[in-house]
Amino acid sequence: MKRFVYINDESYQNDYCDNQISNTKYTLWNFLPKNLWEQFRRFMNQYFLLIACLQLWSLITPVNPASTWGPLIVIFAVSATKEAWDDYNRYISDKQANEKKVWIVKNGARKHIQAQDIRVGNIVWIRENEEVPCDLVLTGTSEPQGICHVETAALDGEIDLKTRVIPTTCIGLDSEQLHKIKGVIECPIPDKDIRRFDANIRLFPPFIDNDICPLTINNTLLQSCYLRNTEWACGVAVYTGNETKLGMSRGVPEPKLTAMDAMIDKLTGAIFLFQLAVVVVLGSAGNVWKDTEARKQWYVKYDDDEPWYQILVIPLRFELLCSIMIPISIKVSLDFVKSMYAKFIDWDEEIYDQETDTPAHAANTAISEDLGQVEYILTDKTGTLTENKMIFRRCCIAGTLYGNESGDALKDIELLNAVADNSPHVIKFLTVMALCNTVIPIKSPSGTISYKAQSQDEDALVNAASNLHVVLVSKNGNNAAEIHFNRRVIQYEILDILEFTSDRKRMSIVISDSQSGKIFLLSKGADEAILPLAYCGQQIKTFVDAVDKYAQLGLRTLCLGWRELSLEEYLEWSRLFKEANSALVDREWKVAEVCQKLEHTLDILGISAIEDRLQDGVPETIEILRQSGINFWMLTGDKQSTAIQIALLCNLISSEPKGQLLYINGKTEDEVARSLERVLLTMRITSSEPKELAFVVDGWALEIILTRYKEAFTELAVLSKTAICCRVTPSQKAQLVKLLKSCDYRTLAIGDGGNDVRMIQQAHIGVGISGREGLQAARAADYSIGKFRFLKRLILVHGRYSYNRTAFLSQYSFYKSLLICFIQILFSFVSGIAGTSLFNSVSLMAYNVFYTSIPVLTTVLDKDLSEKTVTQNPEILLYCQAGRLLNPSTFAGWFGRSLYHAIVVFLITIHAYANEKSEMEELSMVALSGSIWLQAFVVTLEMSSFTFLQFLAIWGNFAAFYVINLCISTIPTAGMYTIMFRLCRQPSYWITMLVSITIMFF
Amino acid sequence: GDPGLPSSAMYPLEMEGNSNPKTTNKPKYSKFTQQELPACKPLLTPEIVIAAFALIGALFVPIGLASLHASRQVVELVHRYDASCVPVDDKVGFIQNSRTDKTCTVTMTVPKYMKSPIHVYYLIDGFYQNHRRYVRSRSDKQLRYKSAAHLTSDCVPEGDTADHAPIVPCGLVAWSLFNDTYTVRVNGVVTQVNKKDIAWKSDKNNKFGKNIYPSNFQKGRLIGGATLNESIPLSEQEDLIVWMRTAALPTFRKLYGRIEKDINANDNVTVVIQNNYNTYSFGGSKALVLSTASWIGGKNNFIGIAYLTIGGLCLSLAMGFLVLYMVKRRNFGDPSNLSWNR
Repeated sequence: MKRFVYINDESYQNDYCDNQISNTKYTLWNFLPKNLWEQFRRFMNQYFLLIACLQLWSLITPVNPASTWGPLIVIFAVSATKEAWDDYNRYISDKQANEKKVWIVKNGARKHIQAQDIRVGNIVWIRENEEVPCDLVLTGTSEPQGICHVETAALDGEIDLKTRVIPTTCIGLDSEQLHKIKGVIECPIPDKDIRRFDANIRLFPPFIDNDICPLTINNTLLQSCYLRNTEWACGVAVYTGNETKLGMSRGVPEPKLTAMDAMIDKLTGAIFLFQLAVVVVLGSAGNVWKDTEARKQWYVKYDDDEPWYQILVIPLRFELLCSIMIPISIKVSLDFVKSMYAKFIDWDEEIYDQETDTPAHAANTAISEDLGQVEYILTDKTGTLTENKMIFRRCCIAGTLYGNESGDALKDIELLNAVADNSPHVIKFLTVMALCNTVIPIKSPSGTISYKAQSQDEDALVNAASNLHVVLVSKNGNNAAEIHFNRRVIQYEILDILEFTSDRKRMSIVISDSQSGKIFLLSKGADEAILPLAYCGQQIKTFVDAVDKYAQLGLRTLCLGWRELSLEEYLEWSRLFKEANSALVDREWKVAEVCQKLEHTLDILGISAIEDRLQDGVPETIEILRQSGINFWMLTGDKQSTAIQIALLCNLISSEPKGQLLYINGKTEDEVARSLERVLLTMRITSSEPKELAFVVDGWALEIILTRYKEAFTELAVLSKTAICCRVTPSQKAQLVKLLKSCDYRTLAIGDGGNDVRMIQQAHIGVGISGREGLQAARAADYSIGKFRFLKRLILVHGRYSYNRTAFLSQYSFYKSLLICFIQILFSFVSGIAGTSLFNSVSLMAYNVFYTSIPVLTTVLDKDLSEKTVTQNPEILLYCQAGRLLNPSTFAGWFGRSLYHAIVVFLITIHAYANEKSEMEELSMVALSGSIWLQAFVVTLEMSSFTFLQFLAIWGNFAAFYVINLCISTIPTAGMYTIMFRLCRQPSYWITMLVSITIMFF
Repeated sequence: GDPGLPSSAMYPLEMEGNSNPKTTNKPKYSKFTQQELPACKPLLTPEIVIAAFALIGALFVPIGLASLHASRQVVELVHRYDASCVPVDDKVGFIQNSRTDKTCTVTMTVPKYMKSPIHVYYLIDGFYQNHRRYVRSRSDKQLRYKSAAHLTSDCVPEGDTADHAPIVPCGLVAWSLFNDTYTVRVNGVVTQVNKKDIAWKSDKNNKFGKNIYPSNFQKGRLIGGATLNESIPLSEQEDLIVWMRTAALPTFRKLYGRIEKDINANDNVTVVIQNNYNTYSFGGSKALVLSTASWIGGKNNFIGIAYLTIGGLCLSLAMGFLVLYMVKRRNFGDPSNLSWNR
């Protein structure tokens, strides 16, 4: 599947879509049907629609259909308006992007057109600080070296500048030629991989030659990037409109459902079944009563021969009467409070990171309750627990350890002396540090040099080298690098870069010394990726020891090596490398294979050790969260000893004798299996002891375990509160999350880098640290925070409050609906089981969507315990984790409460308003007032703290009930004309209300 | 050039944020956004609970006593007459036969002095005025507006006559209008039962039209209840208006009239009843009620008893808690009682 793009050739341009971007979900015409269809996909909405339709049948409806249609339409209108507004904003921003003016080449001349009219094959011109309108293959820039810089923040969130180079075949074309070039680009069909672009370009004569030239992602300018530090650049449009890499990666993420939502759904289902049961029982009872009793009631005048459907009439009436059991307002209320929880997180000053100016952000507004129910936290190490602020601390060069005394190699006199003495080993070591990387030096006008690096380690190494007087001064595209060393200028030509991948765990660079013409391979990487490549006979024991020593100090080690290449070897290899690089299939794998052919018999120069300090407050945060019953798993790509060291430092594990660390390791499958068995056995035996057990496993063993011994490992996962998984890949991280999820644990994954994205998306809650590795993780996450320590507040304060509040709100919503419904049912027993509604339509509707919905919304301000108390007694979170506030038994409590309250209100009403007072409208209003009084007191009783807003909502609503009903009582046509005035004048009314609420206490 | 260690150069955003406080992303402080609004946190301490119960008890017992006293002040005579007024076994046949003499006389002795006004009620038991088919069989528009006489769709099966003329007032409620009549004698002297103003004023003024006269009423094959004088507008048909205020319960009393004369203790009250209304087919009962009124209305001990019960319960609970509080006192907010500390 390939796409052929003919450059600047209008005859082919209509094969692909134009550059009109459309992010909108709806059009003006399909909005109504499509939106309605989407809304009716929810079960609740279907249910309410069915009820509303049934109510149109006047024979069975107990109340005015408006009492259901009104709220239903309001709820639908609210959702639809929100959707329409969002979509309109998307439309406006699309329109702006589409109508932006861009320069393209048409018939050999530059023309100003709207961005939406760009076609595949057009040459597009962009100036500095302009946004790239579609995916382009770079063909020319203003810079003589053929490079340009782009900011890709909108695409991947990384804020460093990236260098893009023009393909070799286009180098040297002047602006005039760029207007005329013709050629063909062979590229894959559109996909969403923003890190890969495996394509070829071939220019047609007379331009240069017709050699095929490979293209990579480094030759592209992707849509939504910005051109920086470059006067202009031009390129051929290859993907346009919604087919760009950005357009393809746009997608609606799967909505996450919280444990509470699932529970509420379950309870709703149970209530629905209960309702059906009530309908069947009362419906049949009603039919029986009708046939035995009601026919004797001459004043009811039942016909003797009735149509067949009469048997359905009474059950259906009860169905409608009971339909309010499922509160129509619950979804709107929940949406409202959930968005408030999210806002409170966004607004919270205490989880705002001063240092990086990052406020916390809840991207997913629907899952705050889950924060309070987290059972497992899976955390990344680097950048999450640590600062990811790499500082070069120590090194081991040719068997000498530097920086041991002071803990800072840069201040080690010995090393400084060695540099001053031009010690060859040290110089080589520093040269590798300065050159073997992808860092871009940027010279400011004042002459100072700053480095733009994608990897913090590389940044630390280059900076350290420059402090030791080996300064990387400039780097021009892929070609020349200049190093200043003791006032000498050394020019190198960078021939090839053998890129870092997480599989290879190393990177190399091939350079040639411009003076001597010698060619060198410089490599750096993880010790286990470099040390085995040492030439035969090199003593690597000192290096191995150094690596161990540094790891125990919690330092990150990198191993540096080099080798001189002969010209023949290089040319031979270079051909293979070029071939692999232009492969369209399996390019990455082929390149890795070719790289391996060059990376061998290295001369190991030394070990660098970089410190990555723990973030502030990490140990305390972990301590407190562990006290609150949350288990921690650390998943890191780092090596075992470093990981364990960091784990000890941050309280994740305790040292002997308090804790014990169990290792799962082995070189073969059998060894791994035996090791796992042993660990599992130990876990089982000691699980009753108060010893803190943790297991350590590495990526290699994990791979075997996850494929072969998943069940045993699952058992281990259940038994073990703490685990350290090192050397794990991004997909293994995600697998571990999945495994814990499969054991029914609520998981929270926290990380900061691109390698954590999969784990973050997989977990119930993904938290991203907006860290130094860019914003990728933060963007994929449900919550993004600036520092790990904010997790404490996020979980203990926001999570817990959200859980408590939703638990109350959801159960209360059912309670108040059930209450009114039970009163209706009780009334049916004294009204001939015929399905008479005690309450009039207006009251019912107002009760559901107004009187009982507004006050309870202020539960978003309710705080049962102060934030301080919660953080001092984190064990309180156990209540939320175990779901103690919303589960079938608490719900049964609320159910019983509503039944009890309904009986009380009903009995008091019919006894106090018996005999000459038993007038329908009055009695109905007395029962309704009783319910409203109860509501106000139940809400007051259930809330723990009262701000003026709560007072206002509860008692304002209470007053509003009287004001509204008094107003309605002045309308002569209303059924309840004068009723409220009459009642308010009766002492017995107030006495009845008072007794109703007192019963509540018992 | 010495760039030094990784510095803030990598963080253009941070630089901006620090140099220019206006561009900071720091959330704006307000008590609301920080969830720090001043709040009162009432705690249900033992003292407050005991005090609350004691207070409720102290409040409720007097109210209960007052209500009970008021209810006991009310003098009420209830005389069931449905059975005694039909001399034959086939009660339904008797009542449905239009030619039988349905006059019936009952005599009661007044136990206590009754101060005027004395309300005369009829009491019906087992009559479902709240039955869905019945309660909705009426047209309020028709009762109010002259032009709405044809709006009888809600009134089935008593909407139109056989020849499609609208019945005014239509519907089962009006059709089944109560038609027993009472003539009261106190110690043999005919006493006027005032039937003026027995209906709600608001109903007379606003719900029933002054220019609407009954038509086609009780002209069908089946006669339900009372007939109406077609020369009197609906707003003056007070019996109808009272009846149309449907009762919410199957046992109800409706006002028949008032005796505006005091009746002394041991006076004999003789009532001549025209026993027309059929409660026999559905096994209901009818009674005549003479009652005075107090500030809580008619005789109803329920409220008084409820208040006394709850008041007593609250007082004893307050006592019980007080004893418990004295004997087995716990430190307030003792963390050792928390489940994870035990």
